[in-house]
Amino acid sequence: MIEVEQDLMVSERKKKPFRWHVLVFLAPAVIVYTMIMILPLAETLRFSFFQRDTTTQVVSFVGFENYIKLFFDPYWVEPFLNSLWNNCYFFLIHMLVQNPIGVLIAALLSMVHLPGKKLYRTAIFMPTLLSFVVVGFVWKLMLSPLWGVSKGLMKSVGLGSWYLPFLGKEETALTTLSLISVWQFIGIPMMLIYAALLSIPDEVIEAAECDGVTGISQFFKIKLVLILPTIGIISILTFVGNFNAFDLIYTTQGPLAGPNFSTDLLGTILYRTFYGQQLQPGDPNMGAAIATVMFFIILTGVAIYLFFIQRKLTRYEM
Amino acid sequence: MAISRARRNRMAELGAHVILLAFAVIALFPVLLILINSLKTKKAIFRQPLEFPTSETLDLVGYATVLQQGNFPLYFWNSLFVTGASLFFILLFGAMAAFALSEYKFRGNRLLGLYMALGIMIPIRLGTVGILRLMVTTDLVNTHWALILVYTAQGLPLAIFILSEFMSTVSSDLKSAGRIDGLSEYSIFFRLVLPLVRPAMATVAVFSMIPVWNDLWFPLILAPAEHTKTLTLGAQVFVGQFTNNWNAILAAMALAIVPVLVLYTIFSRQLIRGLTSGAVK
Repeated sequence: MIEVEQDLMVSERKKKPFRWHVLVFLAPAVIVYTMIMILPLAETLRFSFFQRDTTTQVVSFVGFENYIKLFFDPYWVEPFLNSLWNNCYFFLIHMLVQNPIGVLIAALLSMVHLPGKKLYRTAIFMPTLLSFVVVGFVWKLMLSPLWGVSKGLMKSVGLGSWYLPFLGKEETALTTLSLISVWQFIGIPMMLIYAALLSIPDEVIEAAECDGVTGISQFFKIKLVLILPTIGIISILTFVGNFNAFDLIYTTQGPLAGPNFSTDLLGTILYRTFYGQQLQPGDPNMGAAIATVMFFIILTGVAIYLFFIQRKLTRYEM
Repeated sequence: MAISRARRNRMAELGAHVILLAFAVIALFPVLLILINSLKTKKAIFRQPLEFPTSETLDLVGYATVLQQGNFPLYFWNSLFVTGASLFFILLFGAMAAFALSEYKFRGNRLLGLYMALGIMIPIRLGTVGILRLMVTTDLVNTHWALILVYTAQGLPLAIFILSEFMSTVSSDLKSAGRIDGLSEYSIFFRLVLPLVRPAMATVAVFSMIPVWNDLWFPLILAPAEHTKTLTLGAQVFVGQFTNNWNAILAAMALAIVPVLVLYTIFSRQLIRGLTSGAVK
């Protein structure tokens, strides 16, 4: 805050009087954000360079020791890489399923001209409004062999033999959770893409129709190109959200991200390290190191998007 | 608007309806499952999970348990107050900062923008230990304000990011005209720019509202007291207490779902209008 003030002072001293309004506009947001978010996070970072001695309980500065442990000690590195890989897979499923379906639903919505439109939109957006407590609970319930709702449903459409306890098998648990997550959040890309489609000016569509570009080819050649920036924003939000994911795994599979850590994501490994659970005592310093690494992973992803992908996206003035 | 009236194709529209209906059913089915089973006897929950309650299987025992045990109206009010206040501050402070960043040139502008955007990438949870310590020293633990502050800080980065994008599209001629007419910078912001970015505000409101309303983590850590418990926390505590009482759990879940549906129904018209108001045809 003070730096900004000084910056302003320095730049303004030569020209105009000090522009107080700029400061007034910025101050509330910068102060709240710095106090509540940045300073506690900085504390986390500082924490990652310390370690508590297990015998003497004295906390002392250890430099990069926690990081070295995380990357080279097999006890740490294996679960960490496992969760990193799972997280990439989780994100990949979102990209492959959520975005195409989001585009499809939005495109269909813009075709439909009946009062039904609003109902569809509300219905598909509904899961997004639910808390993870509800989402985790209901899917666990539906997929559990104990209650057998999903088994009964699959039988009724002739897929009874395909039924597995999806959340209980290592091979299927992560995919199932990814799809549940897509089910939960599909409303957001749907809404954003729908809004983007609506904001395409009529003149553009009319021009396309005059040139004989209609129907499906019109969608792919004209509209899809125009909404690419929106899809880009959705992708980056999905990426950040996925690499911070924790609640869904926690409420469905518990903090151990079972079965056998097959659904372990960076968020769950962080939680376990930080707060501990049955198998290990909490280690806030190691947790802080994982948090810092997570931050750099996300930062790298966002940087790749900003510098390599967003630049290639042509923005059309609409 | 998508397809010109002349060429609108009946068959295509029917197909669209069928597919949309399928998606709507998939989206609503689990919610419906909870709602219908929350009204049944325990036996019926297990034997006919997919059937609507009949006169024999109708049973409101779950709701009775929940309403006797829990303080659900109070929890609901807490959630509503915390979410509402957080949204107000996110939108006000976020819009003000976004305006300053997109409107004025000053040294460190880009840097400050990046600094504010950092928060989009980091879950605020990573700073929980520090936040808790801060709230303890300021004596805000177990107050609504602890949650409101945290949620405001959490929501600001994305709000500023989205609103800056929109604010930069507001025509500078309009603002210059305002300045020539002698409007103060504050009037330009509140009277000219804010009304124009309403669609973006609605978008930000919905995106900030959902995680705040459904958050479990911070209420658990910062405000677990009975008088500040939020609805999500109340429902979760309930699940823990009544592990085998399915009627009670399903009823608690149903009670956690219904208010959100009501809220969304109230706001949805505003939201859609907001999202698409730039595209009034």
